[in-house]
Amino acid sequence: MRWLLRKDLLILRRSRLLVALLILYPVAIALLIGFAISRSPAKPHVAIVDQTPPGETVAVGSRRVAVDEYAQQLFSQVDSVRVATRAQAIAKVKSGEVLAAVVIPPNIAARLSSEVQQAQLEVLYNGDALEQSLVQSTLASAVAQANLNFSEQIQQAAAAAISALLQGGGSGILGAPENLIGLNRIPPTLKAIIARTPRGPARSELERIEAFAGFAAENLALSRQVLSTISQPIKVRSVLLRGRRTPLNTFAVVVAVSVSLMFVCVLLAAGGVALEREERALGRLVRGLVSRETLLVEKALLAACCSFVVALAMLAGVGAFVSLDWSRAALWLLALAFGALAFGALGVAIGALAREVRAASLLAFLLSLPLAFLALVPSGSVSGGFDAAIGAVSFVFPFKAALQALDAAVNGAAPAIGGPLVHLSVLMLVFAALARAGLQRAD
Amino acid sequence: MSSALSVSSLAKSYGGLQALRDIAFEVLAGETVAVVGPNGAGKTTLLSIIAGIQAPSAGAVSAAPREVGWAPQQAALYSKLSVAENLELFARLEKVRDPHAAVARMLEQTGLSERAHEPVARLSGGNRQRVNVALALIADPPVLALDEPSASLDPGQRERLWEFIAGLARAGTAVLFSTHNVSEAQRNADRLLVLSEGRLLFAGSPAALLAATGHDGADLEHALVRFLAGGSGA
Repeated sequence: MRWLLRKDLLILRRSRLLVALLILYPVAIALLIGFAISRSPAKPHVAIVDQTPPGETVAVGSRRVAVDEYAQQLFSQVDSVRVATRAQAIAKVKSGEVLAAVVIPPNIAARLSSEVQQAQLEVLYNGDALEQSLVQSTLASAVAQANLNFSEQIQQAAAAAISALLQGGGSGILGAPENLIGLNRIPPTLKAIIARTPRGPARSELERIEAFAGFAAENLALSRQVLSTISQPIKVRSVLLRGRRTPLNTFAVVVAVSVSLMFVCVLLAAGGVALEREERALGRLVRGLVSRETLLVEKALLAACCSFVVALAMLAGVGAFVSLDWSRAALWLLALAFGALAFGALGVAIGALAREVRAASLLAFLLSLPLAFLALVPSGSVSGGFDAAIGAVSFVFPFKAALQALDAAVNGAAPAIGGPLVHLSVLMLVFAALARAGLQRAD
Repeated sequence: MSSALSVSSLAKSYGGLQALRDIAFEVLAGETVAVVGPNGAGKTTLLSIIAGIQAPSAGAVSAAPREVGWAPQQAALYSKLSVAENLELFARLEKVRDPHAAVARMLEQTGLSERAHEPVARLSGGNRQRVNVALALIADPPVLALDEPSASLDPGQRERLWEFIAGLARAGTAVLFSTHNVSEAQRNADRLLVLSEGRLLFAGSPAALLAATGHDGADLEHALVRFLAGGSGA
């Protein structure tokens, strides 16, 4: 095996362009995937036309909420460009300068205050189906967030007005007396008066009024609670059931390193085995000089070692910029080693079946790229049948297990590292057996 | 001369296809034997079984694979390695006692000493074939199996190759080669093995084949065609 290994290293040393591509390409792909995962979506570039008169407010009881607040909320959700008129907004959308435009109509305050008409925004957009979909979903989310914030302000104003009615004192309501009694204080006051009033029709009238005042105070207090419930009916309380919370950027590092490990290892192992056939040396080797098993082990080990070094260097390099727990480094090595060996076995199986370097490289590439993307599709985010198919594909190839092992090693994420390592070991044996069967014919 | 290679009751089938049927012959040390026959006769299959690349479905070959030097029709070489590196690699794998001496000997025998450090990818077809044969000889095997060794060579290269092989035979190596070129077989082989549809139809000297077809002194190729067409008395 030593001489075969020496020969392969000599060939690799003389294939500098291939080796450079083999390392740089997966690293570039890995970094792109890592960035795509770790970065939150950029805010869309949106023009906003605020046609409401300056200082326009919506009256809620004794308070007034500035409509400009709503525009501010909307601006914070997008990368906004203020324009003065609807025509300017349309021109910007048509020129592609902005993805869409939102027009806040001048009558928005009147409609909100009318309590019978719903206020409306106008959204103008352009572009292809993809852009249209992006605009619709992004603006729907932005408008929903702005609506929520605005409605909270209205709810707070309404709640303050209800409090004033219940508690009394200075209500601030235009035209109201300065020292209101407050609904809560009416029943006890009336009770005292009733006690001093002789029985008769007047006392009965007072008792009816006292009962009504008590009922009204209770229900008005309830309506204040209802207001807060309506403004945000359901709140989210997140509970992580397994593992520890994984920051998105360290998960992105794990994805990037796993992708590099897979590409380098699978392409190198597949190419190495296929090269023996392409150079027609396989027949010469397996006629008693080297067993097929030794040949496969040598190719898989060489590819695994090379990819291990590349992946480890990448992990250590990225670790300079992203906070990683270096005390878990022994687990990183374990995960990388098992992952590399499983990818090596997959690679030699591809090389043994493909029979020539170009076909093996193409097959390795065509297989690796979708495997990486499929493994990143969150479980349950697609329809049932498709989800099951993705799960099955991810299960029978080593990428998902390698990703889980490395995520567990680097981030302490669930599942624990043991399961994925056993999974990788089984896949390694299966692909090694496939490779051996593929290499049966030496011609 | 002693027997260097003995093949008995050899058969090979691929599924339902019978590539070789009940083949038996011997090659003596220092003897040069040509395997001739039409396309699909089983020549390459026979040589690759003798070389140990394929296992037979039935029958036996007396020589172990490592006792047979093997040169396939298309040169089996690592094109990124130099001539010397290819030779040294296989000398190491063959566990030759002194690999460097073996490499030097083969470079000298094949006349490639000056190109020893040139990558195989840069060699001409003829020189690649010389390295291909040199790899077969690196462990000094008692039997040499060559599959159409002169197929990609020009006349000058062919002549040099056959001189080289004749020298090996004179030194005691048993040489078994396949060819489509009947006149080449007539010139360079002591004996012929005629294969057709996986069967060994004739084993003997070129003169014996001519005699068997009643074409004494005539063109051997013509005689072979007649023989295969069933026009012989064999």
